[in-house]
Amino acid sequence: MSANTTIEPVANPRAPLFRRLPVVSHFNKSMGLQRFMLVVGLVLTGIFLLTALAAPLLAPYGFAQLSDADGSFPTQQAPGGKHLLGTTVGGYDVLSRVIWGTQTALLVIIVAVVLSIFAGVILGLVSGYIGGWLDRILVVVADAIYAFPSLLVAIVMAIVISGGQSSLFGGILAAAISITVVFIPQYFRVIRAETIRLKAEPFVESAKVVGASNVRIMTRHIYRNATRTLPLIFTLNASESILTLAGLGFLGFGIEPSSAAEWGFDLNKALADTTSGIWWTGLFPGLAIVWTVLGLTLVGESINDLNDPRLRGRKRTNRKGSAAAAPAAANGSGPATELSNP
Amino acid sequence: MTTLIDAPPSDADALLPLKKKQAGGGLGQYILVRFLLIFPTILILVTMVFFLMRITGDPITAAMGGRLPPEQLQERIHAAGYDRPLMMQYFEYLGQLVTGNFGTTLSDNRKVTEMLTTYGAATLELSINAIIVALLVGIPLGMVAAHRRDHLPDAVLRILAILFYATPVFFAGMLLKLVFSVWLGWLPVAGRAGTRTELSLTALQAPTGIYWLDALRSGNMAALSDVMSHAVLPALALGLLTAGVFLRLVRTNVIGTLGKDYVEAGRSRGVSEFRLVTKHAYKPALIPIITVMGLQIAVLLGGAVLTETTFEWKGLGFQLANYLTARDFVAVQGIVVLLAVIVAVTNFIVDIIAALIDPRVRY
Repeated sequence: MSANTTIEPVANPRAPLFRRLPVVSHFNKSMGLQRFMLVVGLVLTGIFLLTALAAPLLAPYGFAQLSDADGSFPTQQAPGGKHLLGTTVGGYDVLSRVIWGTQTALLVIIVAVVLSIFAGVILGLVSGYIGGWLDRILVVVADAIYAFPSLLVAIVMAIVISGGQSSLFGGILAAAISITVVFIPQYFRVIRAETIRLKAEPFVESAKVVGASNVRIMTRHIYRNATRTLPLIFTLNASESILTLAGLGFLGFGIEPSSAAEWGFDLNKALADTTSGIWWTGLFPGLAIVWTVLGLTLVGESINDLNDPRLRGRKRTNRKGSAAAAPAAANGSGPATELSNP
Repeated sequence: MTTLIDAPPSDADALLPLKKKQAGGGLGQYILVRFLLIFPTILILVTMVFFLMRITGDPITAAMGGRLPPEQLQERIHAAGYDRPLMMQYFEYLGQLVTGNFGTTLSDNRKVTEMLTTYGAATLELSINAIIVALLVGIPLGMVAAHRRDHLPDAVLRILAILFYATPVFFAGMLLKLVFSVWLGWLPVAGRAGTRTELSLTALQAPTGIYWLDALRSGNMAALSDVMSHAVLPALALGLLTAGVFLRLVRTNVIGTLGKDYVEAGRSRGVSEFRLVTKHAYKPALIPIITVMGLQIAVLLGGAVLTETTFEWKGLGFQLANYLTARDFVAVQGIVVLLAVIVAVTNFIVDIIAALIDPRVRY
């Protein structure tokens, strides 16, 4: 997350650092419904994060625990009593697995997103700026992977990487790398497109005239502006990686139940229960997925809308006046320059 | 994922130059280059899958390992030629692909091409149903949201769209099944049709494999209603996912065009607000949706794997999951090649449309 602090060109560069942090600055810009959605998203995401961190304290049992002092857990027991959300067909406690699942999800998000940001941003910058044959080849490869159903890419990668491995770390790494392979082309495309657009901007040309080196132009002039959307992609991809992880688990290519709790896997096992009317084994892991994805997407959504002046709520009375907004526009940062709105 | 990031609101101004000055020689060349790029795209995917699958071992050991004594296993590997150098096998495989020979599946010994056409029809049917649901739900709701921007309907619809996106297809499918099939008992739990319908439809002469089309052709109304009742829940589960994307796109783009001068001019001439949204602002806003619809094909195919597994809908995705579990790499490669061709061709069409709309896209 620390990378995010540097890449967001905020309207007023003289505001204290705290107010310039991505989410904080967005919160200040927001109003009405947008603020509501941002706050709901932040709350949902915050609860998810807290649960992941405090899982050992919150979960009544271990994720692979099948018995306690009183003996084995009953199987497919309805919610209530000792097992608040019931037990699964295998005898796991549903509540515990839902809670422990947050940790798995968080770990996979972090590993997957960090890996793909590194690879995708570098490739996109270089490819877009240098152009030529390198660009052509990278675009074809990235397009081939990007256009292909991402879940299938992830499945193929999961088979290759894990190949029956079932340890917690191995499983998480396999899932994360599978997701990374899917994400790299996405970052690549976004960053490359922005780079190509920015390359033609007057401020890049003037930097060239002044004699700035290619590396300097790439890292200072273009990188700063091209990664404007990164916090957005970060949150959206975080939610996407949850969905991909769950999809992998649902198809049986995820993490073994004895090495970590994974919601998709639990849903897979719950599919057969549904037909006989047993709802609690599937409902709660499913709701956990929806909760997490919803929270992350609401945050990402709001940031997206707030970055785009056309979608931002109509709040025209800027306290500091247009003087503060002008430098940002002059930087060529974002759609503001494309707009001739009064 | 990028499906969720809004395409920038359609720039209606960008359309005008194209009409005024003809696109010139650049376009024809672009189309040709873009067409030729289809082949490397397919080649890259085929190559990736071939080598990735082989990293995990040869197909026969993967499929039969443990079920056959080692000597017999060795014999079969040798007979199939899997003990030869990898590059030789690779080029042989490419040669086979060019001649349209996809091989024979290992687990159930069927011709891959025959398997692809049988199950491909089922997946096609599911995708068509899902797109219909997505368009019927997404476009009108998106227009409502844009029209009532920043008011309650907009708020509800936007949250709904995100909810559609946030719900995994298989969880949505599971909930739909639970409510409509198990609790209410209105709709069948799984499958594409009842056993009797399925038999009567496959007995048809030259069946298309798309059940409702076959049922319609044979004039068998009982079969048609049976097929329809089976189709509802999978189409909803998969369609609503895409509907959320369409809703957001239509909303963003209609908002973009609603701010244009010509809409304002229409308003000042007394054109009703309803007509402004449905006629004036809606049509230019549709252009980016067409391109996104092309990209949605990949999302649909990925979602189809999950939907088909949830509803035991015997299409490519359902089979793919089965073949993957059975480690039947010949079948998996066949399915991947078919999907790669579909995706590459769709992308080509989308890129051409995008280039026709916005000359700046060409490189």
